[in-house]
Amino acid sequence: MDIVLVLEQALNGLQLGVMLFLMAAGLTLVFGIMNLVNLAHGSFYMVGAYLATYFYQLTGSFTFGALLGLAGTLAVGIVVELVALRTLYERDHLDQVLATFGLILFFNELMAILWGRAAIYATLPDYLSGHVELFAGVRYPLYRLVIIAVGLAVAGLLWFVVARTRLGMLIRAGASNRTMVAALGVNIRLLYTLVFGAGAALAGLAGLMSGPIHVVQPGMGELILIEVFVVIVIGGIGSIRGALAGALIVGMVDTLGRAFVRPMLATVLSPSAADTAGPALASMLIYLLMAVVLALRPQGLFPARS
Amino acid sequence: MNSRTRAIVLATGLAVLAAVPPVAGLLNQPFYLDLVRRIMIFAIAALSLNLILGYGGMISFGHAAYLGIGAYAVGVLAHYGIDNGFLQWALAIGASALVALVIGAVSIRTSGVYFIMITLAFTQMLYYLGISVEEFGGDDGMRLAAKSQFGLIDLNDGNAFYYLVLAVLVLFLFLGHRLVNSRFGMVIRAARSNEARTRSIGFSPYPYRLAAFVIAGAMCGLAGALLVNHTAYLTPEFMNWTRSGELMFMVILGGTASIAGPVLGAFALLLVEDALSGWTQHWQLILGPLLVLSVLFFRRGLAGLLFGKNE
Repeated sequence: MDIVLVLEQALNGLQLGVMLFLMAAGLTLVFGIMNLVNLAHGSFYMVGAYLATYFYQLTGSFTFGALLGLAGTLAVGIVVELVALRTLYERDHLDQVLATFGLILFFNELMAILWGRAAIYATLPDYLSGHVELFAGVRYPLYRLVIIAVGLAVAGLLWFVVARTRLGMLIRAGASNRTMVAALGVNIRLLYTLVFGAGAALAGLAGLMSGPIHVVQPGMGELILIEVFVVIVIGGIGSIRGALAGALIVGMVDTLGRAFVRPMLATVLSPSAADTAGPALASMLIYLLMAVVLALRPQGLFPARS
Repeated sequence: MNSRTRAIVLATGLAVLAAVPPVAGLLNQPFYLDLVRRIMIFAIAALSLNLILGYGGMISFGHAAYLGIGAYAVGVLAHYGIDNGFLQWALAIGASALVALVIGAVSIRTSGVYFIMITLAFTQMLYYLGISVEEFGGDDGMRLAAKSQFGLIDLNDGNAFYYLVLAVLVLFLFLGHRLVNSRFGMVIRAARSNEARTRSIGFSPYPYRLAAFVIAGAMCGLAGALLVNHTAYLTPEFMNWTRSGELMFMVILGGTASIAGPVLGAFALLLVEDALSGWTQHWQLILGPLLVLSVLFFRRGLAGLLFGKNE
C-alpha cells in the first residue's frame, strides 16, 4: 500500500462524504422539523441530475445547466410538498413511508418516460475536466476537488443560516415547538414549504454533481438514499452536526473499504478466498458499522437536542 | 359483522382459491394458475409481516430479506445437488429465523423511524451480499438446479404445487390466528398500544418482540422457499428494497387489524399491478399515485371494508 494511493482514496472518501452530507442534511432537517420520513428524497437527487444534464445540453453551459437544474429541483420539491406531503405531517411514520414510496415509483417512471430507461452519461466542460497536481507526483481529478469544495461551502452556509440568521432561528424554534411558533404569528406552513424546498434543492445539488461521475438513470436516487439512511442513523436523526459527522464517516469507511479490504484480506487468506470475501465484506462494511454504533449508542453519535 | 358471517366469507374465499386449478384447466388458461399461485406466495409473506407490523407495531421495511434467505437456502442446496425438499425447506426456515434473530436483536433496541431505516439498511446489506457472491450468480442470479423433491408431491406438477401453496397459506392463517389470540400475542399487542403499561404489569416487551420478529422471519423464509420453486430462478432481486415496500403495501391495503387482511391486500396489489402492466409499460406512473391516494384516503384497508370495524 503506498501513501499516494491511500491519499487518493481518502480524497475520494471525502468527496463521497460531502455528497452524502448534502443528501442527509435535507432529509434530517425535514425529519427534525416536520417529523416527516421522506423516502422520495432520493427522487430529488435523480430529478436534479436529469434536469441539469438536460439544461446543460440545451444551453451548452455547464453552469447555467446546474443553476437551472437546481432551480427546477427546488420547484419540484415545493410542488410535491404542496400537493402530497403537506397532509402527511400529522400522520404516523408508516403512512409517510408508504406514500413517499408511491412517489418514488411515480418519479422513476416519469424520468423513464421523459428521457428513457437507458443510462445517460453526463459530460464535463473542459475547464472542469482533467487533473491537478496536489504535490509532486500526486494528481487528482479537478472535478472531484470542486465537489469537495462546493460541499464544504454548502455545509458552512447551512451552519450559518441555521445558527446565525433569523430564518434559522425560526427553523430551530419550529423544530422544538411548532404550536408555539405558530401562535407567535409565524406562518409555519410557509416555513415548512421553504425548508422542504431547500432540502430538495440540496438533494438536487448532490444529484447534479454526481451526474458526471456516475451515470444518470431512473432509480439512481434510491441507491444513495439507503446509504443516507445509514448516515443519519449513525449521526443521530434530526441533527445537522450528526449528518455531517455520519456522512464523512460513512464516505470514508465505504471508499477505503472498497479499496483496501481485499488487499488486506489477501495478506491473511489465499488470493482466491480474498477475491470472494473481499468485495462482499467491503459492500457490507457501512451496515456493520451502523449495527455497532446502534449497539453502543441507539440514538446515534450526535442525537438532536429536543 | 359477527364471527359466523366472518367464517362464511373466509370459507367462500378458500373455496374460490381451491377452484382455481380446475377452472383454469377447463378454460385452458394455465396463466391464471401461475398468477394466483404467485399471489398466494406473496400473501404468505405479507401475512408474516403483518404479525410484527400490524399486531406488534414494528414497522419493518426489510421483510424481503427473508424471502431472499429462504430462496437462497433452497437454491444453494440445489446448486450443490441436494434436492431433498424437507432438508431445503428446514434450512430455509432455520436460516431465516437465525438472520431475523440477529437483525431483530439490534433493531428492536431502537424504535420509530430508526427501526424503519435500520431494517431497510440490513436488508440492503444482504442484497449487496447476494450481488457480490459470484458463486451463486451474483447480480444476474442463477437458475434453480432442480425443484424441491418431496417424494409423493411433485412440484413440477402445477396443480400439486398450487395446492401445496394453498395448504401452507391456510396453515399460516390458522397459526397466525392462534398466535395473536394467545397469551404471547396479547403481550405483543399490549406492547404496541401502550409500552409503559405493559412494563408496569410486569412484561418486558423486548424478548416478546424479538420472538415475534423471529417467527415472522421464519414464516417469510418458507414463502421464499416457495417463491424460488415458483420462479425456478434465484436472484438478489428477491431482496430488493422495493419488494419490502410492496409487502408493506399489501399489509396496509388489506388492513392490519385481521389475520386475513394481508391476503386481500396481496391480491388487490398484485392484480392491479398485473392489470396495469398489461395495459401500459409505464404502469408505475399510475400505480405510484394510486398508492399515495390509498394511504391518504383509504385508511382502514380492504378487510375493514369487508368485515367492518374490529378491535
